[in-house]
Amino acid sequence: MVTINLAMAVLIAVLYAVGFFLLMQRSLMRVLIGVVVLGHGTNLLLQLVGGPPGRAPIVGSAPNDAFADPLPQALALTAVVITFALTTFLLALGYRSFVLVGHDEVQDDVEDARIARQQIQDDEP
Amino acid sequence: MFALVVAHLAVAGLLPLVSARSRRAAFLAAAVLPAVTLVWALLNLGPALHGGIDATTAWAPALGLTVSFRLDALALAMIVLVSGVGAVILVYCVGYFGDSPDGTRNAALLLAFAGAMLGLVLADDLLTLYVFWELTSVASFLLVGQSGADRAARRAAVQALLVTVFGGLAMLLGFILLGEAAGTYRISEILASPPTGGTVPVALVLILLGAFTKSAQLPFHPWLPAAMAAPTPVSAYLHAASMVKAGVYLVARLSPAFAGELAWWLPIVVAGLGTMLIGGFRALRETDLKRVLAFGTVSQLGFLMVLFGAGSRVASYAGVAMLLAHGLFKAPLFMTVGTIDHSTGTRDLRELSGLWTSMRGTAVAAALAALSMAGIPPLLGFVGKEAAFEALLHDSLPAALGILVGSVLTVAYSARFLWGAFATRPGVAPTPVHAPDALLTGPTWLCALAGLVLGVANPVVDALAAPYATAYPGEDYHLALWHGLGLPLLFSAIAVVGGLLVFRAPLPERRSPLDAQRGYDGLIAGLGRVATGVTGRLQVGSLPFYLGTILVVVILLPGIATLVGGVWPADQPLFSAALQLPLGFAAAVAAVAVVRARRRFTAVLLVGVIGYAVGGLFIVDGAPDLALAQFLVETLSLVVFVFVLRRLPAHFTESEKPSRRAWVPKAVIASVGGVAVAGMAVVASAGRTAPPVASGDYFRLAPAGAGADNVVAAIIVDFRALDTVGEIGVLFIAAAGVASLVLATRYDRRGRAGQSSPEHEKDVAG
Repeated sequence: MVTINLAMAVLIAVLYAVGFFLLMQRSLMRVLIGVVVLGHGTNLLLQLVGGPPGRAPIVGSAPNDAFADPLPQALALTAVVITFALTTFLLALGYRSFVLVGHDEVQDDVEDARIARQQIQDDEP
Repeated sequence: MFALVVAHLAVAGLLPLVSARSRRAAFLAAAVLPAVTLVWALLNLGPALHGGIDATTAWAPALGLTVSFRLDALALAMIVLVSGVGAVILVYCVGYFGDSPDGTRNAALLLAFAGAMLGLVLADDLLTLYVFWELTSVASFLLVGQSGADRAARRAAVQALLVTVFGGLAMLLGFILLGEAAGTYRISEILASPPTGGTVPVALVLILLGAFTKSAQLPFHPWLPAAMAAPTPVSAYLHAASMVKAGVYLVARLSPAFAGELAWWLPIVVAGLGTMLIGGFRALRETDLKRVLAFGTVSQLGFLMVLFGAGSRVASYAGVAMLLAHGLFKAPLFMTVGTIDHSTGTRDLRELSGLWTSMRGTAVAAALAALSMAGIPPLLGFVGKEAAFEALLHDSLPAALGILVGSVLTVAYSARFLWGAFATRPGVAPTPVHAPDALLTGPTWLCALAGLVLGVANPVVDALAAPYATAYPGEDYHLALWHGLGLPLLFSAIAVVGGLLVFRAPLPERRSPLDAQRGYDGLIAGLGRVATGVTGRLQVGSLPFYLGTILVVVILLPGIATLVGGVWPADQPLFSAALQLPLGFAAAVAAVAVVRARRRFTAVLLVGVIGYAVGGLFIVDGAPDLALAQFLVETLSLVVFVFVLRRLPAHFTESEKPSRRAWVPKAVIASVGGVAVAGMAVVASAGRTAPPVASGDYFRLAPAGAGADNVVAAIIVDFRALDTVGEIGVLFIAAAGVASLVLATRYDRRGRAGQSSPEHEKDVAG
């Protein structure tokens, strides 16, 4: 029983690729938008993989076997709301970072960079 | 037996309560349990020597794990050292530590160690043995390191721990291999029918690694002299009488079954002989009396290894006799050093002079012990050494000659010890001495005299050794002072005369280029450099790099697994509803445009387009509730974004334009990652063969049970209502986080005019 079609598979590939790419950027705002795009992709994925399309699951409106599976819909609905919570929180973080340091770029970890420097010093005594 | 072991640990936990009142009383209280253990063992002498006593306690029955103990002849011999000598040393501690604040910690730890060591020698299960084995390593670490205030002690403690735990882990691996090959972890059952072939040689070598590290055999020996940083009673107990014998004990325990295996006896004999010679030689060069004894211990442990690895009946008699003799002469010698240190404030043999007259009592006891070490009749050391020569002359001449050279060195460093500690040196003023406490000399005398008594009453030792020795092939033998004129007696005489000559001869001053301690130091430093190197290269500090690494792993592991192992659907329709095409197209175009957007607001609007298109797709799929939630959330997000974007610059701030070199790999990884996820989606959806049972139940129960025709709504607010409560909780937490972040900014602005951030945040900003 095949439940996903080619067009939707391509769309998921595009959404995830864009999300991944934005996630690897330096600008916190881009990273945030990447998270949102990934969220859209994931919610769609949950719904698509959860079962074949059908009628809206409202009892009495159609025979039971014509309905779409309600369970993945409920899961995806929860996911949509949680994505929203995550988005606003990240947005507030990005805003705070901008207020504090004047930009919203992801900096390299100072401590990690220190270890790397120490390594270079060890290599060139 | 289990109760006895646990009692040690429990009382050790309670000892600090006693120390709070009197530290002296704490050591006396600690000595009670080991003394009781010795009495208990001696009361069970009969059954222990005739077959042994078993005691098994279930540990985790479902896993087949038991805590098994067994009291037999070999365990009894070890208990004499662990509990007997242990009790004596704990009494000695009363005099040594006095009311020093270190006493609290040492009393509890020494008793806990005695319990662990007792468990080790009684264990009849490989895993039980392993647990106690590591407990003794931990106790040794804590006792050597003391309070951790002294740098040298800290280093010594870490070295002892690293070396013994490394060996212990190797040994655990060996135990598992051996236990699986034998089909049982019970030592007595493995000894009854030892496994052969297959993984057994590997297992034996791994087990020997544990025994060699614990008993300070070549090339692992440097930790033992370094551990002399510990207080002297600790050295006397752990690093002479008991813990370092654990390796020897393990070899003795398993030798009856494996003495014929090349992988067992060859490493033992080679390492043992090498250790005996190196240790003896190094003991001649040290000037610290304690280190003289430490290298002497290393040497004697090598000797014991050879005896138990030789695998003949006579050698095992010699082994048991030497095991007891070594504990009974090395412990009093250490106690002597402690007494000298206590009375004069030094243990450097270049500074000591005239102690023979000023500390006569201690000197005589030490001489008695040293004579036993040198193998002079009628002490126990002589009895053991006679048997050793007899056994090795019979088994292997090269080994016998090696032991002879080792014995020459032993006599030499015994003489050096006595001379160094007590002689009157010309040109050195007699060392001022304050008379030692009877609590210091008494225990020394007790141990030294035990060596003399057992030497004369050697049939007692013979009876103890006999049940163990009968497990080996070979002619019968009995320990005795007089075996008639023969090669063994000649060897003993050569050892004494040769040893005195070596002691008188000047020593070459050259240091060996091969030093195991330097090897250890180099290894540890190298390990640190490798760790820094690996961390420096992998942990570059860049978030994009880390995320890229994670993505690559996702592509490589689950991605390839999907490609290879996934069941791909045979036919894949282009679309299931015509509306999917325009909606999907719109979402995809918007997504690609987001990447190219330079203005924040454009990007946010484009994300909104994706969100609404996805909502449309939900409707097409027959999920109106989902679509409704999606539209609401999307609208709300847009509003929130607009609020924040008001305050941010219109364009994305990027300090420099991203170079091609940076974004091409990112784009490639991201694209491949996207395709991999889509592939997983296809495979996952093809894996679904029927609608879930739960959904059918929801359809059936929703109208009557929840009073709702809309099944999704029924699930959200009724069937899975608790999930929804959790979801609301997440929203609350996020809202609290957002509020605090936004309000913090407002607080900064209002509270400090002209200052946008608190001081410490300024530091971060640079």
